[in-house]
Amino acid sequence: MLGKTAGGLYWMFRYLERAENIARLIEAGFRIALTRSTDAEGEWKSVVTTAGVEAAYAQKYESYTSAHVVDYLLRDTSNPSSVLSVIAFARDNARVVRTALTTEVWEAVNETWMTLTSLLAHPVRETELPAMLNTIRQQSALVRGALHGTMLRNDIYDFSRIGTFIERSDNTARILDVKYYTLLPHTSFVGSSLDNVQWETVLRSVSAHRSFRWLGESEMTAAAIADFLILDRRLPRSLSFCTSQIVSNLDYLAEDYGERHPCHDMAEALHSRLRHRTIDSIFEEGLHEFITAFIRDNNALGMQIESDFRFSG
Amino acid sequence: MKGVEGSTRPAYAAYHDWFRQQDPDRLTKKSLDAEAFFRRTGITFNVYGQAEAQERLIPFDLVPRILAQREWSKLAKGIEQRVAAINAFLHDIYNRQEILRAGRVPKDLIANNEAFLPQMVGFSPPGQVYTHIVGTDIVRTGEGDFFVLEDNARTPSGVSYMLENRETMLQMFPELFSKIKVQPVSDYPKNLRRSLAACAPAGAGPKPTIAVLTPGIYNSAYFEHSFLADQMGAELVEGHDLRVVDGHIAMRTTQGYKQIDVLYRRVDDEFLDPLTFNPDSMLGVPGIMDIYRAGNITIANAPGSGIADDKAIYSYMPDIVEFYTGEKAILKNVETWRCGEPEALKYVLDNLKDLVVKEVHGSGGYGMLVGPAASKKELEAFREKLVAKPGNYIAQPTLSLSTVPIFCESELAPRHVDLRPFVLVSPQGINIVPGGLTRVALTEGSLVVNSSQGGGTKDTWVLED
Repeated sequence: MLGKTAGGLYWMFRYLERAENIARLIEAGFRIALTRSTDAEGEWKSVVTTAGVEAAYAQKYESYTSAHVVDYLLRDTSNPSSVLSVIAFARDNARVVRTALTTEVWEAVNETWMTLTSLLAHPVRETELPAMLNTIRQQSALVRGALHGTMLRNDIYDFSRIGTFIERSDNTARILDVKYYTLLPHTSFVGSSLDNVQWETVLRSVSAHRSFRWLGESEMTAAAIADFLILDRRLPRSLSFCTSQIVSNLDYLAEDYGERHPCHDMAEALHSRLRHRTIDSIFEEGLHEFITAFIRDNNALGMQIESDFRFSG
Repeated sequence: MKGVEGSTRPAYAAYHDWFRQQDPDRLTKKSLDAEAFFRRTGITFNVYGQAEAQERLIPFDLVPRILAQREWSKLAKGIEQRVAAINAFLHDIYNRQEILRAGRVPKDLIANNEAFLPQMVGFSPPGQVYTHIVGTDIVRTGEGDFFVLEDNARTPSGVSYMLENRETMLQMFPELFSKIKVQPVSDYPKNLRRSLAACAPAGAGPKPTIAVLTPGIYNSAYFEHSFLADQMGAELVEGHDLRVVDGHIAMRTTQGYKQIDVLYRRVDDEFLDPLTFNPDSMLGVPGIMDIYRAGNITIANAPGSGIADDKAIYSYMPDIVEFYTGEKAILKNVETWRCGEPEALKYVLDNLKDLVVKEVHGSGGYGMLVGPAASKKELEAFREKLVAKPGNYIAQPTLSLSTVPIFCESELAPRHVDLRPFVLVSPQGINIVPGGLTRVALTEGSLVVNSSQGGGTKDTWVLED
């Protein structure tokens, strides 16, 4: 496979994952803004920070109103991480790798792009927002379903999955990075309504509020939530789940190509930091330090993969 | 569909019977379905000079253009003769130049032509094939009366539309194909692969690696590039995927560099090699011309083939055909005035309103004047350009092109068309796919069929005997 094709697949799926994550962040922020009067502006600010576009946003707007943030994250093409931007990038990459995709996957991506470009051509009114976010989620599911249902399980699939999970673990880690203070045991007022709101936002940002409740194994405490998002391999957005997937897809590639690269060792090192770990030991190490290091190393892993498999030059 | 005397042309008879039984509303709906299908599958093209987000569909007309086998045989024979002559001409021009010595084509026309590449002199490409793929533009003025408009010996496009148009027709009207026996075109990608493989360099081995070189996703024909690579099972590469490795051209894969034997390039000559041609080109491969001349890669079509489809050379084509094949040309040339010649220029200036004037090196319908359709102002403006640089232009009469029916506002209406059959050349022979791309001028009375100028396409049927 061409290095460029591997890179195109990797980025196509990173961007698709990002579109979905941005929609999820908006959803969580929107819910808080609707249900709580307290500090909606602060919530929207943390949404923007989590999306990693704080500096650029601040240059454009002075305040964090719901309308501004939603518009900036959904449809502002000057924001390279807006849903509209990343869907266009995803489709550009899909065009580059079109020969590697099944018709179903290509058509799903192309349709997603057509649908969202037309829906996001005009500002989204508050009343339309839930339906809009729903469409983004459904379109992502459509692409994912086409990938799982029609693609050969070979290197094409592996690079697609690796892109997905590098992006997803980065996203979950960013949410934890912005909200870590609400999860620290010593600052939380156990059972206070403020905590409950914050915790629910964190869970909602990764669509894990229902699964957390459904599993119902522990009380909603800071430690239990941190444990769920970082270490629980049943949750498809936990850091541990993502890194384990990256390790296995990289292993398939090593088997397929008969060659191991530095990225293989880096991925295992990253995953071993989460395996057989307890949340208490992470708190001991320092939650914030742990998350910061994870984001840094996850990024480094992504770049190592790009270079080991010759995505460019 | 109708002949001059108002009766249905025999080739259209069966289709016409079917058409009369159709509900126009259903056909209109099918038309919209086809459009949605093209959009969904991304069969679009980019228009140069328009906003980047502009991706347009080439309008598709659901009435096929139908040719009888007898008409087609004559046409195919004529094309084969012409394409064989073009390859012989190219080999001669870059080697012994007999035709110049014989005085059949003026020396100046070659020496001062930008399409002539000195780098090709004294070189013979693998299999002595120059134009691996040709798309000859044909117009018809009456029963069996075909003229060649252009020879398109560089990198003709449109074959993906030929294939997709047929696929679309098969999906929309399966019943038609069981009623009427149409020669299939779907073997084209397989034949293309075979034909290119047969032109591989001597050292390539039994299964040569073929790649399609595209300028990238923003090129107007990108859809076609990826489509052909996909259908042939070849890699789709860009210049930055390639480099010289151990005396060969190789592509960067996830497992290191892998040698390429045949490069079907959809990049113009001048962008092919920044070390030899345009130094600013980011689309090509530095050093590829050295590898080519060392005989270690096949480039299709060969660099420098453009000298054969140059519009100034065009007027010599009947001589060229005769010189190399010893036969009279089967297909006619449109009468052509070379404006560089004083007498011709005088005639053209005197009759500008009746003529079509084209730039010698232009393509895509840009920069041409259609006299009968031009305003007084446009004619005057063009006259100035013509006087300033007469050598840049040729002029031709407007032919009374035959028309074919299109489906327009629930009924049939006549429109002008041309036809681009696709021709594959290899040492094993010349292969012409039965059919081609029919382009249609959708505006009533218009003669301009180029998709960049608002033309559409339709499926082209060659009937079984």
